[in-house]
Amino acid sequence: MCKIIDQICLVTSCGCKPTLQNCPENSPAQIIAFDELKTDYKNPIDQCNTLNPLVLPEYLIHAFFCVMFLCAAEWLTLGLNMPLLAYHIWRYMSRPVMSGPGLYDPTTIMNADILAYCQKEGWCKLAFYLLSFFYYLYGMIYVLVSS
Amino acid sequence: MAQPGRPPAASGHSSQNGAGEERYSNGPVENSLMYSSQMLDGQGFSSVVPGLYSHQIPTKVPLHPSSGQYNFGGSQNVSPLSNQGSGQTLNRPPVGPISMAPLQHASSVPQMLPPSQNSAAIPSSSNSFISGAHPPALSNWQYGQTPMNQPTGYQTNHFADVAGTVSTQPLSSSGSTNPATSYQYAVSPGGPPLQNSYMKPGSIPPPVNRPLASAFPPVRPPLGPPPAGGPPLVRPSATPIGPPNSSLPQPLLNSATNQEATKYQSPAPQNLKMGRNVGYSYPTLPPGYQNASSPGAPGMQSSPLQYPAGPQPFPQPSLGTNHITGSMGGLSLQPEGLRSINLLQERNILPTTSLQAPVPNLHEEIQKLNCNPELFRCTLTNIPQTQALLNKAKLPLGLLLHPFKDLSQLPVVTSSTIVRCRSCRTYINPFVSFLDQRRWKCNLCYRVNDVPEEFMYNPVTRVYGEPHKRPEVQNATIEFMAPSEYMLRPPQPPVYLFVFDVSHNAIETGYLNTVCKTLLDNLDLLPGNTRTKIGFITFDSTIHFYSLQEGLSQPQMLIVSDIEDVFIPMPENLLVNLNENKELIQDLLRTLPQMFTKSLETQSALGPALQAAFKLMSPTGGRISVFQTQLPSVGVGSLKSREEPNQKASAKDIHLTPSTDFYKKLALDCSGQQVAVDLFLLSGQYSDLASLGCISRYSAGSVYYYQSYHHQHNPVQVEKLQKELKRYLTRKIGFEAVMRIRCTKGLSIHTFHGNFFVRSTDLLSLPNVNPDAGYAVQMSVEESLTDMPVVSFQSALLYTSSKGERRIRVHTMCLPVVTTLSDVYLGADVQAITGLLANMAVDRSVSASLSDARDALVNAVIDSLSAYRSSVLSIQQPGLMAPYSLRLFPLHVLALLKQKAFQTGTNIRLDERIFTMCQVKNQPLIYLMLMTHPNLYRVDNLTDEGALNINDKTIPQPRILQLSVEKLSRDGAYLMDAGSVMFIWVGKNCGQNFISQVLGVPSHASIPQNMTHLPELETAESTRTIAFISWLREQRPFFPILYIIRDESPLKSSFLQNMIEDRTESALSYYEFLLHIQQQVNK
Repeated sequence: MCKIIDQICLVTSCGCKPTLQNCPENSPAQIIAFDELKTDYKNPIDQCNTLNPLVLPEYLIHAFFCVMFLCAAEWLTLGLNMPLLAYHIWRYMSRPVMSGPGLYDPTTIMNADILAYCQKEGWCKLAFYLLSFFYYLYGMIYVLVSS
Repeated sequence: MAQPGRPPAASGHSSQNGAGEERYSNGPVENSLMYSSQMLDGQGFSSVVPGLYSHQIPTKVPLHPSSGQYNFGGSQNVSPLSNQGSGQTLNRPPVGPISMAPLQHASSVPQMLPPSQNSAAIPSSSNSFISGAHPPALSNWQYGQTPMNQPTGYQTNHFADVAGTVSTQPLSSSGSTNPATSYQYAVSPGGPPLQNSYMKPGSIPPPVNRPLASAFPPVRPPLGPPPAGGPPLVRPSATPIGPPNSSLPQPLLNSATNQEATKYQSPAPQNLKMGRNVGYSYPTLPPGYQNASSPGAPGMQSSPLQYPAGPQPFPQPSLGTNHITGSMGGLSLQPEGLRSINLLQERNILPTTSLQAPVPNLHEEIQKLNCNPELFRCTLTNIPQTQALLNKAKLPLGLLLHPFKDLSQLPVVTSSTIVRCRSCRTYINPFVSFLDQRRWKCNLCYRVNDVPEEFMYNPVTRVYGEPHKRPEVQNATIEFMAPSEYMLRPPQPPVYLFVFDVSHNAIETGYLNTVCKTLLDNLDLLPGNTRTKIGFITFDSTIHFYSLQEGLSQPQMLIVSDIEDVFIPMPENLLVNLNENKELIQDLLRTLPQMFTKSLETQSALGPALQAAFKLMSPTGGRISVFQTQLPSVGVGSLKSREEPNQKASAKDIHLTPSTDFYKKLALDCSGQQVAVDLFLLSGQYSDLASLGCISRYSAGSVYYYQSYHHQHNPVQVEKLQKELKRYLTRKIGFEAVMRIRCTKGLSIHTFHGNFFVRSTDLLSLPNVNPDAGYAVQMSVEESLTDMPVVSFQSALLYTSSKGERRIRVHTMCLPVVTTLSDVYLGADVQAITGLLANMAVDRSVSASLSDARDALVNAVIDSLSAYRSSVLSIQQPGLMAPYSLRLFPLHVLALLKQKAFQTGTNIRLDERIFTMCQVKNQPLIYLMLMTHPNLYRVDNLTDEGALNINDKTIPQPRILQLSVEKLSRDGAYLMDAGSVMFIWVGKNCGQNFISQVLGVPSHASIPQNMTHLPELETAESTRTIAFISWLREQRPFFPILYIIRDESPLKSSFLQNMIEDRTESALSYYEFLLHIQQQVNK
């Protein structure tokens, strides 16, 4: 019984690595992108066009990990991830009227409040993903060692 | 870059002819007048001038010494603050070959005079110049000849100065540096060719000058005395003069008087003087700073001395240039401004004349240069030093701009190099400081830049070595002719595409007749040149193109019925040259209204039609004018009705947001291809303006809305459409424009409001720019502005004129920085604050909800007044205390709450509300204020007392009354001017005189229910009333309908709705509102 759980845990923690590599990949991308906007290097339309397709994959991957944690009965890890999952759902529900996928509207993104918000969001998520990565890594090694 | 004469912009300047040689010339092209003057004999002048300059240069000597006053000659300068450098330098590098471009404005004054310097060259009677007199006197002028001068206020000033200080040079008198320059221009009409010659002289002269300089000092003393006496005299004279001046082409800023002065000076002799001035001029900047805030400016000290000397009102002028400065600092507070008012006790706070923008507390000389508040206005004329202070004040910081306003006088500069800061790209402006003759310090980023060689030559005076006198440094509003570096592609031709809805519903309204007729009448007045192109598209459920190929006997219609995948049926001839195909176009416009009279097609494929229009326009860019009469129902972009007739506006989900992003995306595509879309919505039923409006909003177009337009049932709307369409077709237009707003380091732009696409933090993309659009910008203080006595804002609008020239219009505004909360309140501009809050409230309504926006408005008042109460007032008094500057704040906010955009209740149609929101975003502040808080006048007893006199017409100026029914009396008649609509309310017992002499009806009861015109009667009363109303109408780009109503009229409720101070079914009265605020503030 224990083993099974451990194995699943291992699988999930292995799965977590991709999380790290994937999701965060998006967050830094966003930070850099918003910084570019701020410093005037890029047209907001282009920027939104590059960012918008990344939003859903990020959310879906995160949701996928949550499901994996659920299967593995990793309640603590799942608990840590639930707020972010809820936030993602809320964020996507309240997105501006858009025909395509994504969150960012080129006409409002240059508004200082929104830009600052997006940037802050990017940093927070980056920190969260990074911490979770180490936590998952720790979890995996712990499981490997203890088994 | 010789530029061929540019046709004067609408504004009236015409430019001149070829400029001289490019390199050399930097010649600004100023108003014709100015120019011409310059042109004068260059040579004579030149020689003289140089000498002067050299002296001048030194100007920047520290002020302190100056206390002695200004010695012009030697050292001058002073501006403690900034200028430090002592200038020195007599030497000017020989500039040999500088030639000016001869630019003259053709407009008014041809350059008449031949090169004689003195001659008052300016023939132009036009303006103010008094032609003859000035010129000759040159030498005299400077010193003593007061009498001569008298005309100008300036001179007076000079004199005054003299008294105070050493005498200034005559020029100096012009002290106001700016004006001086301009004047100079005016003086002599020169031939362009001369310029070249000039240059040389310039170089030569140097030797001469030096001698002169030395000489001067002695001279002055003598001068001094005369001046003293003079000043008083002068002034009076000045005033009279004023009017004429106004006409002058000179820079807007200068007061008329100044201008005159300058002109006088212009004659050759002055040059010498000029030199001195120059010196002064440097100082100018510094002074400004000093004034601005005490902290920074060391300069202050010196000034005091001087000023005292001049008891005269003008002391500052005397300073001529800004040296003086210091004095200002103290001035700032006017007793009035500091007073706080108990709003609950002061019943009559509304001024009886229209409210003027507050004047920033800057040194007079700097303020004189400052941008006209109609063009550029800040909510806080005293900028708080830190964000913390700003937060404490609870007032929004922001700018309101009207950058492309039609101007009657606008200096235009043609130059091969436009002088800009190397790091922040700021255009050189009146608020930079010259460290010495060769270097200037940017007022936005503080980088020290070199003055390019060409800039050393002043085309206006044709003098070398006085960069601070160039028109760029003398005018806060200026237009540059941009060289080719400012073009990404060759300037586009003006292209106009008209898209008409011809579905059954549209034909019913009969709008096509009116529009085609108006267009036909104004075809020749469309701004443009020989390259102008025009095209037409009509649509119902299909899209119709019109081929106007040359050689066709009549226009050929091409129908595209595949609206799912729109294509352009033929590559050419859909957009054709207006001049070459005029007959065919006229033919089309004549037949168009009849072509669809039998149409039974009720569907409207607006989306595909716009896509087709976009495809047609995208290679060139231009303007699409769309006329739409119903909800688009087929194809992409079709919409569903979302209006629920009896829905309470307070309900959560009233539909202020677009239901689809099709129009927004299309607008962004348009914006990328330099296409703007203007929407005319003539609709009886709901048309979802919230979605449709996006097409204009993000492509920098404008929206016009004619509710329930019908050619027979609603003749008033027909007239309104006609008038507004005429204005729309003939007004100035700028293509492929971008606007950048720069501000001093430490400030940053937070949010933009208006119709455009924001392309980067400070750059707006405006495919078209029109003179009737206003913009608002919220600012924040990012880093504390320590050690900065003043901050500056600069907006630069780069556009292609309808003549195919690339131009840059630059406005610069300079404001003082303050460190205390009471100063922040002192400088609050209540109209600008209201305007900015309205813009923010529109955003809030869309992003959150209407009730949120309303709460935010009320909270803005409560927060600012409670901050004032707790932080500024030392004694806690009962009542509701407000700083004098904000005394109208609660009233204006209440007016906003009752405005159509934000009011609650069910009686506002959704489209109308959204249209009002569009207007809030896009109207310049003055019109927005009128829409928000209408003006009420009593018109049954108009008199000529205090009347204006314009073009031989007497315009009575009745007092503005408070918007309360208590101010109405049954025996009077009242005019309410609400911007886009006017009402005349005739009381029951109104004098028979008014009814018969003005309304032309026998009795009150016989006033027709739907009277919308005043008959033109041959009576004094009628003439006065009509003159007054037409004067009001002429001041705005849209056409206000006039309704004449009496108690029984159905429109009475709209009239009463505008009675802001009274209670309405769903809103508080002013007094109740104050009580509510008081309650919150005192919590």
